[in-house]
Amino acid sequence: MRYSLFSLIANAATGHKYWPEAWRDAAPRDQYDVVIVGGGGHGLATAYYLTAIHGIRNVAVIEKSWIGSGNVGRNTTIIRSNYLLDGNIPLYELSLKLWENLEQELNFNVMVSQRGVLNLCHSDTQRDAYARRGNAMRLHGVDAELLDRDRVRKLAPFLDYENARFPIQGGLLQRRGGTVRHDAVAWGYARAASAHGVDIVQNCEATGFRIEAGQVVGVETTRGSIGARKIALATAGATSRVAALAGLRLPIESHVLQAFVSEGVKPLIPGVITFGAGHFYISQSDKGGLVFGGDIDGYNSYAQRGNLPAVEDVCEGGMALMPMIGRVRLLRSWGGVMDMSMDGSPIIDATPVEGLYLNAGWCYGGFKAIPGSGYCYAHLIATGEPHPAAAKLRLDRFATGDVLDEKGVGAQPNLH
Amino acid sequence: MRIPCPFCGLRDAQEFSYLGDATRARPEANAPDTARAMFEYVYLRDNPAGPHHEYWQHVSGCRAWLILTRDTRTHEILKAAFASQRHESAP
Repeated sequence: MRYSLFSLIANAATGHKYWPEAWRDAAPRDQYDVVIVGGGGHGLATAYYLTAIHGIRNVAVIEKSWIGSGNVGRNTTIIRSNYLLDGNIPLYELSLKLWENLEQELNFNVMVSQRGVLNLCHSDTQRDAYARRGNAMRLHGVDAELLDRDRVRKLAPFLDYENARFPIQGGLLQRRGGTVRHDAVAWGYARAASAHGVDIVQNCEATGFRIEAGQVVGVETTRGSIGARKIALATAGATSRVAALAGLRLPIESHVLQAFVSEGVKPLIPGVITFGAGHFYISQSDKGGLVFGGDIDGYNSYAQRGNLPAVEDVCEGGMALMPMIGRVRLLRSWGGVMDMSMDGSPIIDATPVEGLYLNAGWCYGGFKAIPGSGYCYAHLIATGEPHPAAAKLRLDRFATGDVLDEKGVGAQPNLH
Repeated sequence: MRIPCPFCGLRDAQEFSYLGDATRARPEANAPDTARAMFEYVYLRDNPAGPHHEYWQHVSGCRAWLILTRDTRTHEILKAAFASQRHESAP
């Protein structure tokens, strides 16, 4: 059923009793052309683009829990493409362009809101770095504006401009950035993929791979054996565990990242604002809650929950930036398991096992990349060739030395 | 999370800094397959969900380097020892 004003009126008139299921909860069949492991944002988007663009009809997404139970619902919902490196910008910009038209494409309201992303700078050096980043973005056709202190003050008068230690010098603004309702992204892609015939199989955990003469031929699951000559991993924090089932050892560590939401307050924060002197980013949801987060906890973790020092660090960053939020009460916090790659950039590539593909290493930037990642991953799976926007996101870049280290900290994921 | 430092006793994790996987061993510089071995040493990780051997330094305490065995699923610390006293057969 296509959602429209008429479907809404018709269903309202009948008391909302006859809405059909948005997507089909399928049982696994014996054989597929492509099996995607992981029913999060990236996996579901990949399934959708495989069917919608490449016409591959016989696709399954298997998910160990329920779709959207992982990181697609455990982030701060920010979208942006303000990256620095040539290998990264095209992918995130492709993703942002897909976000801009996603609701029409999926016929589902994911509440894309391009309210702007403002990165604050607090020193001359940092302003120089932001000018460089803004120029790199504009060379790729991405919007970027370098603001001075007065223009930042017009946008966000409530920030602490008197902070002696970290004075606000200006900021880099990407007006096309913003926020999205994250759960709706999983549901929207699931519904659109399901409408194209994709089987979405929940409570189905991959427990092993069948590999014959270096070619993957199937996956063992908790709901039986499924045959497929193309299997695509999109398992985020669980990537190392799943890839180990196929004998792969990856340049990835799993770390926990916490995020927080406050009680609902009246409209307060116009866009997304990030603190440049610490690691703190904040926006306000349409419901009124302040959504914010900071650094990863800093040690390997699969726990989906973090510890108090990271909470303190995030709250200190918030108080340094906008002391007014000290009176707002925290409502909820949660943790997600991040697939931290060794250079802080993702991997979309084939693996040494024929037919087994890898989409991983998104660190804590995977949410914004969902449409672009799904688009490029589907292209790789369908054609065997990397999409031009993701051509640098190779698995072998660590061995060749062609790494994409945005922050320049080296192979130390807890510092990314 | 609190870490049982063998010298200082049970201390808050905030006093410690983290280096990561302690099972890796730096390869010989003049071994025949050094490039490959260095790539594996620098970049590849087992990244287990379960007991993980890892380096921590008690930077705000005795400054000793430790090897913890910590369960990455629960953050429970199973064992803490000085890195300097690592036995030859240990991981």
